[in-house]
Amino acid sequence: MNRLLPFIGFMLLVTLFGFGIWWNTQHDQSAIPSPLLNKPAPAFNLPKLYEPTQTVSKNDLLGKPYLLNVFASWCIECGVEHPVLEAEGPNLGVALVGYNYKDAPADAKRWLGEHGDPYNLLIADQTGQTAIDFGVYGAPESFLIDAKGVIRYKHIGPLTPDVVAKQLKPAIAAMLKEAP
Amino acid sequence: MSKLLRGRSLAGDASALKNIKAMASPASGLVRLLLVVLLAFAGSAHAQAIEPMPFANHAQELRFQHLTAQLRCPMCQNETLADSDAPIARDLRNQIFRLMQQGKSDAEIKQYLVDRYSDFVLYDPPLNGDTWLLWFGPLLILFGGAGVVVMAVRKRNRGNQVLAGQEPIENGDDW
Repeated sequence: MNRLLPFIGFMLLVTLFGFGIWWNTQHDQSAIPSPLLNKPAPAFNLPKLYEPTQTVSKNDLLGKPYLLNVFASWCIECGVEHPVLEAEGPNLGVALVGYNYKDAPADAKRWLGEHGDPYNLLIADQTGQTAIDFGVYGAPESFLIDAKGVIRYKHIGPLTPDVVAKQLKPAIAAMLKEAP
Repeated sequence: MSKLLRGRSLAGDASALKNIKAMASPASGLVRLLLVVLLAFAGSAHAQAIEPMPFANHAQELRFQHLTAQLRCPMCQNETLADSDAPIARDLRNQIFRLMQQGKSDAEIKQYLVDRYSDFVLYDPPLNGDTWLLWFGPLLILFGGAGVVVMAVRKRNRGNQVLAGQEPIENGDDW
């Protein structure tokens, strides 16, 4: 038994390291848990991308749930995400609001012209100032905001078909079940 | 912007080097030593390069540098806000600067960032429900190890006492 002790200790360490490796493959290490989850979305007032003279505020969007999708023409991952938004956007059951992040409006419009425009509404944050309030630190990021303006779900990085099926759609279903 | 600054500071270093080399041609050991010292500092000089900000005074600038060095860039998580070249780090530095001009204290600025980016932005994690294992884990392991040692020693002592009654020869060799 005493002879086995070092071996048992060694196996315990192997298990611990194995768990560490497994754990790190299970989640995106660059994703920071948002402290804003299940809290009211920050107030914002941003111009529309296509009609910059008109602004959209958080209060304007209250009453209906929506998916706020942070994107930019300079963001490579957004190009990966875009076909998913185009395919799944109409089936989500919530409005898709595009949040154009730190982009020149002309670049954004050209990019949408090339890739297609799945958004019901497009707002532009050229300075990235409002995005700080949302805790945005890159693109793409997506926020599911309910009719009361509360953030129900956040995804950092591109929405893949897998993420949409396993996380986003269940989150939308849970939200709609609670307050249709 | 900061890339430009870096490029320029490097070019400056190069011309300074040329001057020093010209001076060093009479082969003076002292100048060579000076060169080594200067080179050592050149690296740290452009690591600190940040966009010029209109600080009210030098104390405020030092406070800014101290504060941003304690905060982690959310994008590139192994860099401080002070060191990082990521766009978000630049935005957050500007925001911290603005908050400073509004008279916010360091604690208020940290709280501002934690409210948006969670405890992740703090290099010094606070003690709370999520982090107690991080803080006390090593202590628990230490106590666990101490417990094992105490048990092992007691067991050996008991064994020795039993042996001492019968055979006084074999003891202490277990080590």
